Amino acid sequence: MSDSNNTLKKKLHAIKVRMAGKKMAPAFNAFHTFLFTPNDTTHSGAHVRGADDLKRTMNTVILALIPVLLFSFFNTGYQHFAAIDAANGMPRTLDLFGNFLTWENFWLGFVQVIPLVIVSYAVGLGVEFLFAVIKGHEVEEGYLVTGMLVPLIVPVDTPLWMLAVAVVFGVVIGKEVFGGTGMNILNPALTIRAFLFFAYPTWMSGDKVWVHGAVERAGTPDAISGETILGSLAQNADYSYSTFDMFFGFIPGSVGETSAFLILLGGLFLAFSKIASWRIMLSAVIGSLVMGLIFNGVVDMGWVSESSRFYGLMSFDFWKHLIVGGLAFGIVYMATDPVTGSQTHRGKWIYGFLIGFISVMIRVFNPAYPEGVFLAILLMNVFAPTIDHYVVRANVRKRLKRLKNATILPKAGEGKMEELQAETV
Amino acid sequence: MPTDIRIKKGLNINLVGAAEPSTSKAVSSNAYALNLLDFHGLKPKLMVKEGGEVQAGEPLFFNKDFPDMYFVSPVSGELVEVERGARRRILSLRILADKEQRVLKHKPLDAEKADADAIRAFLLKSGCWPFIRQRPYDVVADPTFVPKAIFVSAYVTAPLAADINYTLKGKEKEMQAALTALGKLTPGKVHVSVGKGEESPFAALTGIELHKVSGPHPAGLVGTQINRIDPINKGERVWTVSPQDLVIIGEALLTGVFNPERTVALAGSCVKQPQYYTTKIGAEISTFLYASGVKEERCRVINGDVLTGSKTSPEGFLGFYNNTVSVIPEGDDYELFGWAKPVTKKVSTTRSLTFSWLTPKKKYNLDTNTNGEHRAFVVTGQYEEVFPLDIYPMQLLKACMYKDIDEMEQLGLYEVSPEDFSLTEFICISKQPHQQIIREGLDLLQKEIG
Repeated sequence: MSDSNNTLKKKLHAIKVRMAGKKMAPAFNAFHTFLFTPNDTTHSGAHVRGADDLKRTMNTVILALIPVLLFSFFNTGYQHFAAIDAANGMPRTLDLFGNFLTWENFWLGFVQVIPLVIVSYAVGLGVEFLFAVIKGHEVEEGYLVTGMLVPLIVPVDTPLWMLAVAVVFGVVIGKEVFGGTGMNILNPALTIRAFLFFAYPTWMSGDKVWVHGAVERAGTPDAISGETILGSLAQNADYSYSTFDMFFGFIPGSVGETSAFLILLGGLFLAFSKIASWRIMLSAVIGSLVMGLIFNGVVDMGWVSESSRFYGLMSFDFWKHLIVGGLAFGIVYMATDPVTGSQTHRGKWIYGFLIGFISVMIRVFNPAYPEGVFLAILLMNVFAPTIDHYVVRANVRKRLKRLKNATILPKAGEGKMEELQAETV
Repeated sequence: MPTDIRIKKGLNINLVGAAEPSTSKAVSSNAYALNLLDFHGLKPKLMVKEGGEVQAGEPLFFNKDFPDMYFVSPVSGELVEVERGARRRILSLRILADKEQRVLKHKPLDAEKADADAIRAFLLKSGCWPFIRQRPYDVVADPTFVPKAIFVSAYVTAPLAADINYTLKGKEKEMQAALTALGKLTPGKVHVSVGKGEESPFAALTGIELHKVSGPHPAGLVGTQINRIDPINKGERVWTVSPQDLVIIGEALLTGVFNPERTVALAGSCVKQPQYYTTKIGAEISTFLYASGVKEERCRVINGDVLTGSKTSPEGFLGFYNNTVSVIPEGDDYELFGWAKPVTKKVSTTRSLTFSWLTPKKKYNLDTNTNGEHRAFVVTGQYEEVFPLDIYPMQLLKACMYKDIDEMEQLGLYEVSPEDFSLTEFICISKQPHQQIIREGLDLLQKEIG
């Protein structure tokens, strides 16, 4: 094993040396560094370096997404078959091992979700490679996470060509025009989601997109429904899911957003591994709870009548906002994007709080599209530099205040100095 | 008021091969060299021609900006080589030592009785001045300014660095003379920081403000202590001196002789018997390196500690400011799936399948591999964990990169030196060259503001 490793290592090194400076070098290096951490040594500054690099960081986020992805396979299948049963007048009751964790569910979900993952990665990385080769820089790792996030935040039946167009738009306009990974202002995954949402609204909202097969069966005798909880609430209708279902994720929704439980685990893992900011996550949760409480309070005071179009969502228990829709997913995996979020500790508290707060606000006040989290995050992405600016100003002001008491002393005498007397011993 | 300084943010990097507390005398070196890159930004003017003879303590060159500032030869002998680089810039001077050493002796100066001008003149002409460094800019101190305070850090937290409580034991008399003299050069205080609970040779000295510091690296860096004790404002100057250089200053004052002898730690995982050696500034590193033995073939020899030192070779020479020589393995090898594997043999501040957080006391054998490629800044909040100064590190680095003088000033560039960013550089996920960025920022600031 180690022998073949060594031969491979030497061969790849030889190619790397030959490719150096050539146009396709970034493309080769991307594959090479994927296989082997490079043999670069330190040239300036510290001679030893810490273990983490950007690949490891991105990989950690992907690890935190794997459980969500696996769950989405089962849930996609389960929701599909449950909807068919319901349409046939035989509503299912959940039985975790009996009718959820089945091969049938898994396979259906697998076949539906994996093409989304493949298209997302192939198109996105294709664009990244293209830009790297044209601009002569290395392929940076940012898209590794984006590429995994994108399939998880779209409805399962999103046509693949649509996804491909959106990915090209998101990567080019959302990221590359700003200079690539680390330079973008908006979260690329959410830019892709926003593009889909505004370009193809009928595929991104309504009651026909959240369950596999609902679109193609619409209007036929086999029609099934796939209304989300938020969709039902927006119409002041009842929903038929228990809190248990909502928390563990046995509900319709975007591919990966449904299981608040697994998202919570992912969030804890990311916070523990110090890859994502716990400050953003915690403050976003607080922000959404506060907004939810305000709405509940308004209902309790009797300021809105039951006939109001906002009543359904306003009276929704404040804490349940966290376990339906994409709020939890957005908070854990998207709001914590370090590039587009606030960069200072204090800024992160403000940034996260406002994301939670505004997400729930948009949810309630925009019942036509009852999903606010991606708009709230994009909005706060735009404001993050402003928040940071004011946080940093506080530090600058402290320094300027100190400057008033600066001790600036007169210069020492500059007179010609006498030579010292010296003797040789 | 003397205060206890407790630093919480930081990271101790424990490495294999710390020097054992035993000292040998290094064999005397045939050749000595002064590396002029040790004096950042200096414009030297030679006073001895190539082939000329010098005595120990006789000036080799002076600073063109301050012609009274002499840089003296550590030994007597012949100036055999003036190594020049691009645009004939002098890189180093090499002196072939005489068998019989001739030493230049000045009239000793009683620091208690002398006035500031006399002390300044003595230090400048005797070759001791370059030991005094200033902030802002982290360069040899400008003698025309009066500093608001002088700082000495006698608390060592850098990985594998020489333990000065050990090397400076018994040098109290010299250090006291040097500190008394320095105290006359500032109307402010001379702040000396020692490790809390450590037995420091500075404990009994007078005329100083003694601070007791505790906490992980970079608590021992003088920049961290300045930031806590009396931060630098725009227009202010403070001076810093390393403790081992106080001994040379003090001895010059007491005896009139510039004695470049110092005890140096030879450390690192490549050294068979890491220990201390007594040698002189500019001595060939091979004169003591091979006495301890080197384990591996592909090693990097570093003048200084592994975070801030400069790369040299066994044929290189001990730097002007260094009391540590570190020898660690070169890491120019590939690692299969190094970015995905769980890591137990490297240091990390994250817990992303890296496990150094489980074993804070474990000693590591780190090599010079970068463990990844250079990238744009992506991750945030990581530097702040190891950066105890009241400064936003990433924002300051970025200001230096886009060369915004106003922002560099406002964010506190006056207060820092490149070494303050050595730990953020160590943990940087994007492998950005922090110390170089800060140095370039300081150069620009000095050029524009002065």
